[in-house]
Amino acid sequence: MTLPFAIIAGLTVGSAIAAMSLRNLVHCALSLVVTFAGLAALFLQLNAQFVGFAQVLVYVGAVAILIVFAILLTRSAEPGPPASMTTGAGWGIGIAVAAFLAMAGAVTSSVVMQRTAPPPSDLTVRAIGHKLMTDYVLPLEVIGLLLTAAMIGAVIIAMQERKSKP
Amino acid sequence: MAEQLDQLFVHLKHWLVGHLPDAWQPLASILLSITPVLMVFPGLFALTTVIERKGLGRIQNRRGPNRVGIPLTNIRLAGFGQFIADGIKALIKEDVVPRAADKVVHFLAPIALVVPVLLAYSVLPFGRNMVPLDLDAGVLFFFAVGSATELCLFMAGWSSHNKYSLLGAMRAIAQMISYELPLILSGVAVIMVTGTLSLPKIVEAQNVYTGTIAHWHVFTPWGLAGFILFFISSLAEANRSPFDMPEAESEIIAGYFVEYSGFKFALFFLGEYLGLFAVAGFGITLFLGGWTAPFSWLTWIPSWAWFMGKLVTMIAIYIWIRGTVPRLRADQLMNFAWKFMLPMALLNIVVTGLWHFTELAGWNIVVRWLVCAGILIVPYLLLGRAFKAKVGQREYRYAS
Amino acid sequence: MTPLHHYLLLSALLFCIGLVGALTRRNAILVLIGIELMLNAANLNFIAFWRYSPNPEALHGVMFVIFAIAIAAAEAAVGLALIIAIYRHYKTTNLDQVDSMKG
Repeated sequence: MTLPFAIIAGLTVGSAIAAMSLRNLVHCALSLVVTFAGLAALFLQLNAQFVGFAQVLVYVGAVAILIVFAILLTRSAEPGPPASMTTGAGWGIGIAVAAFLAMAGAVTSSVVMQRTAPPPSDLTVRAIGHKLMTDYVLPLEVIGLLLTAAMIGAVIIAMQERKSKP
Repeated sequence: MAEQLDQLFVHLKHWLVGHLPDAWQPLASILLSITPVLMVFPGLFALTTVIERKGLGRIQNRRGPNRVGIPLTNIRLAGFGQFIADGIKALIKEDVVPRAADKVVHFLAPIALVVPVLLAYSVLPFGRNMVPLDLDAGVLFFFAVGSATELCLFMAGWSSHNKYSLLGAMRAIAQMISYELPLILSGVAVIMVTGTLSLPKIVEAQNVYTGTIAHWHVFTPWGLAGFILFFISSLAEANRSPFDMPEAESEIIAGYFVEYSGFKFALFFLGEYLGLFAVAGFGITLFLGGWTAPFSWLTWIPSWAWFMGKLVTMIAIYIWIRGTVPRLRADQLMNFAWKFMLPMALLNIVVTGLWHFTELAGWNIVVRWLVCAGILIVPYLLLGRAFKAKVGQREYRYAS
Repeated sequence: MTPLHHYLLLSALLFCIGLVGALTRRNAILVLIGIELMLNAANLNFIAFWRYSPNPEALHGVMFVIFAIAIAAAEAAVGLALIIAIYRHYKTTNLDQVDSMKG
């Protein structure tokens, strides 16, 4: 384990725990932003520049702002009752721990433990663009359609409900 | 000689790094790339605050600051010592934090604002071979870093627990998101033509001369339209007049940083101006040829001088616009972004595609120019007319 | 260079933190945040496997993550719109109280 990885990983996990456990929802959203930024840094460390910057642009620039706006529009930022856990909190944590143990066991016992990294390849944005326009052109079009549908859907759902009686 | 002068800073850096042991060289090289950026642009900010006040003063038929000179002497320097006085004032002022404020977020917001803004400078090419970080996805990096500042405005506005600052932050975020779209889309046109996201390569693509005139993107119909769209959006992104609604002093007292004082306020001020310089430098790189000269007989002037000259000219234009154009209302501002800027930016992309795939030969150049310009000008006139019809005569309800 | 399984373990840990949030918190927005975290953990796996694959030129992992980011953005937009619509109706975002099917 290298030092930069340890620092970034610690920051990411710490902020993720904070995002899931803090009382104030705005603090949760802000720590989530740190998690997203940490993940982007991990992507950069893995040589995926384009994905790392896209992660910052989409998650920090758009999704985090959306979440923050939703928090303010639903007045969730005001301190609520202290017990904000559901009744089955123990079950939830138990399931999650079990899931983690299963995944960690699978990872540590698998052949990927021996795999070493090939020398960093020179991934250019041009190569990604070329792939998107040739092999992946159909998924790209479908994503475009999906985003348009999602935008229209979101606007219609969140639009003011029209009163039936004047 | 001209060559030597052009590469002066590059040679200086190599010479300095060459003295160090091999193990230290990468670190020293990084430090020597970062330090000048941290010196030059805050310095430019300090000068700009004085020039802006003097320029605005002249526009409003008064003199502006002209007293403060070098401290403890009688030298006045035409008021250019003003920024020292301002800096000292900001440093020794009391730092007031509201009792209801969220202390941690309130403290972090101005710092979180300045960091991404400074990061944005790392991909700008300031001259030939003078780019701190030559990223293959430089344009994307710039936009990604720029979008991170919106969240800092929210942090500042929300943590103050003040209605006005929250309102100001909300307006600022709505405005920045709306104008980010035309900003990015006008940049997309350049990426389509040059086929790269690396800023030094975009400059290289413009460093070609036909006859004596350079191939700056602004000299093409799509480039001119793109530059105008970029320029207007950059005004809005930097919260400059006429789009300074988020911090309108006379309407919502000062927007998201009402509750900031002393040095934290100065940091917001610094962040805003550094953001303005960064986006201006980005526009210069994309459309105005970066560090290249407009005419081939002017190439003896060093490349970094061209970049700084263009940057200072852009700053002067920003000051001029601030002094002469009135502020837009919040709804007008949104309508303008979504109903005018966005359609025009999308149309500009279509025109760019047309321009890119038509051939260059003989009289076709003129035909291509006219067709592309026509496709842009006709919708511009129609959209403008539609807007004018909607706005109508202004009624002064209380004045008459 | 960090070995591959460190990335995989980190991603598993992030996924489970997201899972805990999605299963135990009451606020609908926090549940959505948990789901976003889980999606991001999966993205980290894709990128790590892409980097350590013998054939990185194929770009499968990168492509998958690019599409996943786009879908996650759409999901967040629709999800938050639903939460706002629910809030307008019930005046709460607490999932335990949103339990009647009749408006």
